[in-house]
Amino acid sequence: MIKIKGIGVSGGVGIGKVLLLRKDEFSVPKRKISHDEISREIYRLEEALMATRKQISDLQKKISQEIGFDHGRIFEAHYLVLEDRVLIEDVIKQIKIKKVNVEYAFSESIKKYVDTLLKLKDEYLRERVVDIEDISRRVLKTMLKEKTLSLSDLKEKVAIVAHDLGPSQTASLPKENVLGFATDVGGRTSHTAIIAKSLRIPAVVGLEVATDNIRSGDKIIIDGSSGFVIVRPTDKVLKEYRKKSNLYTKEVKAIHIPKAVKVHTKDGKSIVVSGNIELPEELPLIKKYGAEGIGLYRTEFIFLGRRDLPSEEEQYKAYSKVAREVSPHSVIFRTIDIGGDKFLSRPEVPHEMSPFLGWRAIRFCLARPEVFKVQLKAILRASVNKNVKLMFPMISGIEELRQAKELLDKCKKELKKEGKNFDNDISVGAMIEVPSAALTADVLAKECDFFSIGTNDLIQYSLAVDRTNEKVAYLYEPGHPAVLRLIKRIIEDAHQNDVWVGMCGEMSGEPIFSFLLLGMGLDSFSMSIPQVPKIKELISNINLKDAKAAVQEALKLSTSKEVEKYLQNELRKILGDDFYRILMI
Amino acid sequence: MERIEEQVVVKKVHGLHARPATIFVQLANKFNSSVKIESDGEIVDGKSIMALLSLGIHAGIEVKLITEGDDAKEAIDDLKKFLEDEDKND
Repeated sequence: MIKIKGIGVSGGVGIGKVLLLRKDEFSVPKRKISHDEISREIYRLEEALMATRKQISDLQKKISQEIGFDHGRIFEAHYLVLEDRVLIEDVIKQIKIKKVNVEYAFSESIKKYVDTLLKLKDEYLRERVVDIEDISRRVLKTMLKEKTLSLSDLKEKVAIVAHDLGPSQTASLPKENVLGFATDVGGRTSHTAIIAKSLRIPAVVGLEVATDNIRSGDKIIIDGSSGFVIVRPTDKVLKEYRKKSNLYTKEVKAIHIPKAVKVHTKDGKSIVVSGNIELPEELPLIKKYGAEGIGLYRTEFIFLGRRDLPSEEEQYKAYSKVAREVSPHSVIFRTIDIGGDKFLSRPEVPHEMSPFLGWRAIRFCLARPEVFKVQLKAILRASVNKNVKLMFPMISGIEELRQAKELLDKCKKELKKEGKNFDNDISVGAMIEVPSAALTADVLAKECDFFSIGTNDLIQYSLAVDRTNEKVAYLYEPGHPAVLRLIKRIIEDAHQNDVWVGMCGEMSGEPIFSFLLLGMGLDSFSMSIPQVPKIKELISNINLKDAKAAVQEALKLSTSKEVEKYLQNELRKILGDDFYRILMI
Repeated sequence: MERIEEQVVVKKVHGLHARPATIFVQLANKFNSSVKIESDGEIVDGKSIMALLSLGIHAGIEVKLITEGDDAKEAIDDLKKFLEDEDKND
């Protein structure tokens, strides 16, 4: 039995068998295909070979430039493998005869050759195995990326253990078959954490050594509440945790029963509590958990996992569906926020040294108006029933906001000409997640209708912390005095200009901070949907004046730890021990 | 349509390991004719790197080249010349 400590990011206990995804390794899915799918699989083979050839030619150019032409030639054998008729014919034969998916057929063909080469006595030739395996890995990666990971083929319930999980991987998971997540890297706001929380799957991240100590098929306990992962547990420990798991479910169920949609503080201030939508499948959860609409709809998912850009019509249909479903409440669509840790296969983002500071979000959109306008028009058209709002991510100054609004006006004019309907008074907001925007909130407030504070990014930009880097993740502190001062200032500047303020970061769904933010005057809280009933329960038990008093005290403190401790004590005093304990699970 | 067969002793110092095999396949693919290579009773497509490597041809071995097509003669001459060239750099 081994016990490993990480960061618990999504509560609950998951007990089961491990499926290990090694770093840089992937399991090749095997899938039976129907006769009709054969031509598609062959097409995918050609696509992958072509894409890989392109990758290698780029790599070759780079290496030739850096260390000379001759070394670039090492890739010539790679090309020949990609163009090898015997290999390609063999793969196609397997697809046709065995009726299997292209990834599996390809890896089987390669295996055959590798086995032959390994049997040869000639050392030079045996070494070619490395080349062939390298190229085949590239091809397989290209195939898998395009169709996301093999995880979508999960047939039994497993606990996923990985070095890290990308958005495209988690997005393709069959949620009903995942007992829990455990990853080496990541922090409280890593993608894995956000997804796990919103799907209510127990998760522990930042384990550092999980993949070194855990094998596929191991029995594992993932305790997302305490942040412990226990590998190959003894029977006694297993029994203990089974009990804990049952208890958790019962207590949590009680607090997660949604009540009325509208909520107000004990002394009567009404507050909007809405949900963040990460995946389209979460849409039904809005009603289920009694969220007052959608405070953040991440539109990137429409662009994920495909080669072409979705048309205006396709986007319009997707956005309209959301607007219809969420009615009579409203939805805030955040325009494309690619780059950074978000994955998007196309439009391709060039490699950047510091993607978080690079060409992403509104910067990308303003540079590619032909892409941006398609989305803006689609969102506008979805706003006919006046329950759609629009916000721009990563605004760093007033000029970006102006340019984006100018493009929006252009789109409105074009739509009018085309005779298409939309809400001419659509609310336009700026996401405040860059410190420069926070510090010029008074300027921005004069030219938009609302703010949405994106705390995940605001914190990492303010504290200069890459939240996915496990070495510095501990510095990511929502309660840091600098962060609290920025947030307070944003809210005050907004209110002075009659602009309302929401928050869509993870911070708004954390009880102690929800309490603090309430005191700062935040108007609207948006969070991962399953948190909604709990936070509403909290808000309806708080007097605004108590929260305001807590803000005064908290702002006097000098460290995040002091702030958190203070808020915990205050909340416990106000809510009582029992309620507090359940709230904090 | 011409079909030519010829026995060749491979003189490449390291036999047909990656670099020479690569060049052989590139060369073979320049011709319209089909190129087959036989070693130890096994015949493979000489335009396929995977197939060629799997023969494990090393120096001193005798192979049979078989070309067939409108440029069969040029093909077999060039390929034979290549295999018989020692070229220590490869």
